[in-house]
Amino acid sequence: MSSAVNPPVAFTQDELDWVSWIDPLPEAELTERHYAGLVDRSRAKSEYFRLLVRDPEVLEARTKTDKDIFYNVADGLPRAERELAAAATSRYNGCIYCASVHARFASTYSKRRDDVQRLLDAGIKADLGERWNAVVKASVALAATPIAFGPDNIEELRRAGLDDAEIVDVINGASFFNWANRLMLSLGEPST
Amino acid sequence: MSTQDIIDTLAGIEPGSVLDAIRARRLQARENAQKSYLSLFEPIDASDVSLLERAAVAAFVTGLHGESPVAAFYREKLAASAGGAALLELIDAEIARGKTSGPYGSYPAGPLSVENTAGLIYRVSAASKPSLGARLAAVLEHAHLLVFRPRDAAAADMNVLLDAGWSTTGIVTFSQLVAFLAFQVRVVSGLRTLAAVNAHKEAAS
Repeated sequence: MSSAVNPPVAFTQDELDWVSWIDPLPEAELTERHYAGLVDRSRAKSEYFRLLVRDPEVLEARTKTDKDIFYNVADGLPRAERELAAAATSRYNGCIYCASVHARFASTYSKRRDDVQRLLDAGIKADLGERWNAVVKASVALAATPIAFGPDNIEELRRAGLDDAEIVDVINGASFFNWANRLMLSLGEPST
Repeated sequence: MSTQDIIDTLAGIEPGSVLDAIRARRLQARENAQKSYLSLFEPIDASDVSLLERAAVAAFVTGLHGESPVAAFYREKLAASAGGAALLELIDAEIARGKTSGPYGSYPAGPLSVENTAGLIYRVSAASKPSLGARLAAVLEHAHLLVFRPRDAAAADMNVLLDAGWSTTGIVTFSQLVAFLAFQVRVVSGLRTLAAVNAHKEAAS
């Protein structure tokens, strides 16, 4: 919170900072209970995680949920498409910070940086090919309130080649970002 | 784990079913979605956000998503909470006042301004405010913002909550609770939809 905040005005794949609006715990005050909540000790360097660690039990459970949904690629949906679901959800909800991180991951794992950028620039209606379109559309339908996800989304994902386990990865990844977006958007703001 | 898995219960996933096996492949996520629920609703420390406040916000937030087994579950949870029965009708009335479609809201001024979408700026009814109290009224208004227009959130919202008597830690816990429910209600909806499509297929074949 030292330097001036310079909020981005467009979606980007560039790396952004995130600045808290309320006080994170100072690193010097963290106890072992807090470190358990952070899961990775290195997260003590992050203002965002030092804010969330004010409730360590919730943060620990949330972090472990997040990691398994996105990093457990022993089977199921490729990482690139889990990241696409996260990026599409963030684009639709309007979380510039979350979209930047997960668009970058989607680009890294898919090698389709231009398509990812079109999602950010043109929005959720960008034509990214059948398979990605189905993932984006399902993610957006899940993000709507009331929830608009229905049998048509399942059928589209199946036609695009996803099996039930991969569809559950889309549901988990997109749903998780309805959690993440709301924290990132409401407790602080991005800065370039 | 002694408590039954809440997502399985709400989604109607039976032990030994196809979806049970699929969820088992993400065991850490399954167990920690459950731990998230337990740490929010059966916390070891409820000093910053009371159990009644948690139940009231949960009934409101899930109710705003429309009728569902999840909304019914949290409405019952509020009814069963100490002091909750007195809040039920008030919360029901606020859900009716607050129902709309999202996400909407504004972006920082610039190229995204063309995507700004106007919508309901919900405020608790003046008649209900004295019964709800300042703390709960402030947090219901913020919960509505988190559900429908999270991109409208601003630093000033934090001051409103702090002025209404919320601690910084209370704001974190409360925000986690609303955001977690946004996740949980969607996972349940998605899994139920998938199960229904599969059941329909089986019945047809």
